Amino acid sequence: MTATTQDHAHHADEPTGFKRWLVTTNHKDIGSMYLLFSLAMFLVGGAMALVIRAELFQPGLQVVDPYFFNQMTTMHALVMIFGAVMPAFTGLANWMIPLMVGAPDMALPRMNNWSFWLLPFGFAILLSTLFMPGGGPAGGWTMYPPLMLQTGTAFPFVIFAIHVLGISSIMGSINVIATILNMRAPGMTLMKMPLFVWTWLITAYLMIAVMPVLAGAITMLLTDQYFGTSFFSAAGGGDPVLYQHIFWFFGHPEVYILILPAFGIISTIIPAFARKPLFGYSSMVYATASIAFLSFIVWAHHMFTVGMPLAGQLFFMYATMLIAVPTGVKVFNWVATMWRGAMTFETPMLFALAFVFLFTIGGFSGLMLAIAPADFQYHDTYFVVAHFHYVLVTGAVFAILAAAYYWLPKWTGHMYSERLGQWHFWLSVIFVNVLFFPQHFLGLAGMPRRIPDYSVQFADWNMVSSIGGFGFGFAQLIFVWLLYKCIRGGEKAEARAWEGAEGLEWEVPSPAPHHTFDTPPVIR
Amino acid sequence: MTNMIARRSFGRSGLLAGLMLLATPALADFSLINMTRGVTESSQEIYDLHMTIFTITVVIGLGVFGAMFYSIFRHRKSRGVKPAKFHHSTTVEVLWTVIPLVILVAMAVPATRVLIDLDDTSESEMAVKITGYQWFWGYEYMGEDVQFLSRLATDSDVARQLHSGINPASVPNYLQNVDRRLVLPVDTRIKFQITAADVIHSWWMPDLGWKKDAIPGFVNETWTVIEEPGVYRGRCAELCGRDHGFMPIVVEALEKDEFEAWLAEQQADGEPGTTADGSDAAEAGEELAAR
Repeated sequence: MTATTQDHAHHADEPTGFKRWLVTTNHKDIGSMYLLFSLAMFLVGGAMALVIRAELFQPGLQVVDPYFFNQMTTMHALVMIFGAVMPAFTGLANWMIPLMVGAPDMALPRMNNWSFWLLPFGFAILLSTLFMPGGGPAGGWTMYPPLMLQTGTAFPFVIFAIHVLGISSIMGSINVIATILNMRAPGMTLMKMPLFVWTWLITAYLMIAVMPVLAGAITMLLTDQYFGTSFFSAAGGGDPVLYQHIFWFFGHPEVYILILPAFGIISTIIPAFARKPLFGYSSMVYATASIAFLSFIVWAHHMFTVGMPLAGQLFFMYATMLIAVPTGVKVFNWVATMWRGAMTFETPMLFALAFVFLFTIGGFSGLMLAIAPADFQYHDTYFVVAHFHYVLVTGAVFAILAAAYYWLPKWTGHMYSERLGQWHFWLSVIFVNVLFFPQHFLGLAGMPRRIPDYSVQFADWNMVSSIGGFGFGFAQLIFVWLLYKCIRGGEKAEARAWEGAEGLEWEVPSPAPHHTFDTPPVIR
Repeated sequence: MTNMIARRSFGRSGLLAGLMLLATPALADFSLINMTRGVTESSQEIYDLHMTIFTITVVIGLGVFGAMFYSIFRHRKSRGVKPAKFHHSTTVEVLWTVIPLVILVAMAVPATRVLIDLDDTSESEMAVKITGYQWFWGYEYMGEDVQFLSRLATDSDVARQLHSGINPASVPNYLQNVDRRLVLPVDTRIKFQITAADVIHSWWMPDLGWKKDAIPGFVNETWTVIEEPGVYRGRCAELCGRDHGFMPIVVEALEKDEFEAWLAEQQADGEPGTTADGSDAAEAGEELAAR
């Protein structure tokens, strides 16, 4: 594989300062903005989580009013999903997909700029609702009616903000698809693409398919509230459960939107540090596609307790259990990639290994939740909270951190401080388990989710969990410090920063020049 | 049958032991880290299903993580190993697609059986209508002219206010107590008709083995047969607004004749809906101690 890199200074009239970032159409600049925005939102959402854990530190109400507590659980989820994880993946896509497929930029650079700049405005609106009369949304991120219709002044603002974020996501996805399908270097067939590109291609299709469904659902909420419709009101002939069906038709593919790019990242990092090619490349592609397909036919497993007909319950139980097969294939492939490799354990590899271990635990609890009769007990308890934090924090977030460590040398031209990285990893992995593992116990023992106060038998494990929460939260500040240091300076990174790293992105210098692959590389 | 009785009495003593151990570190007590067996046949079937699936995942986990950690310790560069070059094996890949599929089918069979059983609400001997309100429950004994509301007990309600200064541990059954319990007979097939008046709630009684959403404008049906007299505590499981965490559920299961007497007393009272003030905590404590 050879790559030709040309770094012309042919944009001599580029604006500088703030305007450079405001009007930029460069995929690397936009990628960096996405990633930094995502980090900021991760800290904001994390602060909200700490309010939740502070209140739950012991029984009784000590810190916040129950209504504000509900606003925190709602906003924490919205901020983390739409503000932290999704923009982080889009940022990685912006930075890495053109580099990985040998393209000079994203296919639609101006739209790229717009899709990023919608985000700060969308979140400004969303976060401002916390200061409105009646407070922010408090009905959970799922926004089930009729409860959601009890939101105060914030209601239309929340819906408008989510529309804005949805538009941003759709534009980002269109860009990813257009780039991957049209701008690959000559010779890079689909089945030669890096797996990160594959998983993002599939994710982008999922997003285009389901974000409009969410938009539809929340627009129906809006018209129910203000325009006299009654889609979700039994009194007018509607059905509140209809909303849940529509929401989860979006919501389940959404959770795969939050994890498929992570699969791609892990499939990139493990071979690099095992110094051995990925095991079962094509089965990884097929497994990803199968998971994406299945994600459209399992939505009602979020609703086993709403009173569905038996046939419906059975169908959704079987379909959900089926997801374990392609997911299992992925985990087996990662382990087989490690098998008889020559592994080293730099920070990206540590996060990737922790991902495989802890995501799989989240997968196991997911399988348990799929069993409909058992779900009658698990549903809406801390067991569910533990499950989805294992797949989203030690899953998606750990993968994003792994990716950040892996590609930081390419982005900044400097090696990060390995010592700080190791501290960050070990503190994170220990505290995140102290935080979430006891939540399995709490849920099984009978603690519902989304409650600000609890009876005293739950006190011990809640205290343990809160200690883990604060530990995990503050450990992330190490990452912020490490990032600051790495951007400012540090050991010079080579073009191929890691011994076993494969792919076109390592053919260009570190830091990657402003413009890369003006002439496409030739893939053999 | 003997086996089942033995199992149940084991669960009972476990529960009592659990209550005594409440003050000691949580690890000493499985009721604080695992699902309850409950007091109905369904709840025990669900518990068994839960433990079966859990055990299967643990076994698979040991295999997968065992291989992974073996590899992490053996196949590391610092031991001077040369990386292998292999990158696929059709046989292995087919095997680890088919074997999980077989395991899943094995899991689906008992799950299906329990689900079908739970879905059958026919042949009930009595019916109770449950209505969720923001933020309390309403109970109506269908055709018996007995109905009342059930709210969080006053002492808990006082203690749970922000900055109340009252130590929750000093309140008996903090947040698990109501002013009026739902009284039910044992060994009776009871149908529940569950609905709500304002927003969606979910009526969850872990000892019965399930929760069911209470949805305004719709009626959900489910059933139970309680096998042991006793006081059982549950809570609302679906976020329903500000005081979602403060609408507990208490079921008191009585022997059939005691239940009949209780029902007659309620009917004679003539004024269904009046709520006795105060808490039933002391009474509940005595009952448990007596057993």
